[in-house]
Amino acid sequence: MMRKLLFALFLILGSGLAHAVMPDEMLADPALEARAREISQNLRCLVCQNQSIDDSNASLAKDLRVIVRERLTAGDSNEQVMAYVVKRYGNYVLLKPPFQADTALLWLLPFLLMLAGLGAAYAYLRQQPAPEEGETTNDILKED
Amino acid sequence: MRLRLSTLLPVGLFAVMGVVLFVGLNRDPKVLPSTLLNQPLPAFDLPPLAPGQPNLSSEAMKGGKLTLVNVFGSWCVSCRYEHPLLMRVSKDARFNLVGIDWKDTADDANQYLATYGNPYAQIGTDQGGRTAIDLGVSGAPETFVVDKQGKVRLRVPGPLTPEIWDKQIEPLIKESGAS
Repeated sequence: MMRKLLFALFLILGSGLAHAVMPDEMLADPALEARAREISQNLRCLVCQNQSIDDSNASLAKDLRVIVRERLTAGDSNEQVMAYVVKRYGNYVLLKPPFQADTALLWLLPFLLMLAGLGAAYAYLRQQPAPEEGETTNDILKED
Repeated sequence: MRLRLSTLLPVGLFAVMGVVLFVGLNRDPKVLPSTLLNQPLPAFDLPPLAPGQPNLSSEAMKGGKLTLVNVFGSWCVSCRYEHPLLMRVSKDARFNLVGIDWKDTADDANQYLATYGNPYAQIGTDQGGRTAIDLGVSGAPETFVVDKQGKVRLRVPGPLTPEIWDKQIEPLIKESGAS
């Protein structure tokens, strides 16, 4: 029983580690390979649009992974590799969109909403009359 | 009745949300903007499908007629869907229809064309998929309309339909004929 449970646990935990990168794609240099993985995880697969090319088994994703590794081997910086792919596919391939004019709202909206919420809460609290000295919630309820 | 801000605000927010979501409903997330629009077609020089034929090169598309570059593959189901349309327009002399056989084998591609007909004036093969990535191809079929200056005027991801043809491609053909 215990062994089965352990095996199930092993499978569940292990599934998170599964990526689409094939051994034959990997670079011999671990540092370079680590950079390739980091870049691939931020590039969107064009076929299955909510997966990164690191996760996707699509053949186009494989081609892109190979290109990422080729560029790195050729001596490109991470930014240059990203720029190479963006030049061909647009900002759309970046899983994390860059901060620029047409994405400003996307990035700033959460903060704007939080400020609006804080403002609304402040205005609401100020409207409430402060409870009188010694008055409890029960007293206030009884008054109605 | 006096309208108060606290009444108007939710209604206003609802209206804004409604408009944003309605616009969102009518946008197809699968249609990606092309970075190549009005840019020169990236240079390529692809080997032919049949031995003895000339290479398909981007350089050769400059001057002469408008060029339609169709990315296809014998493995691609949607390509078969648009194939009858390609066969029909291949008789049109106002433009050149060329094909890029993408991630395919020569045997499969030749068999495909022998079975369904060959609409292409010329075919280049991109077995490694390098040129397709340079073109920003996300899937087959994909069609690029390239003008006489070698600039990409239109990118159609997915199969061509009579509607796309009439509304988007035909005007470009007319324009190229007029100039």
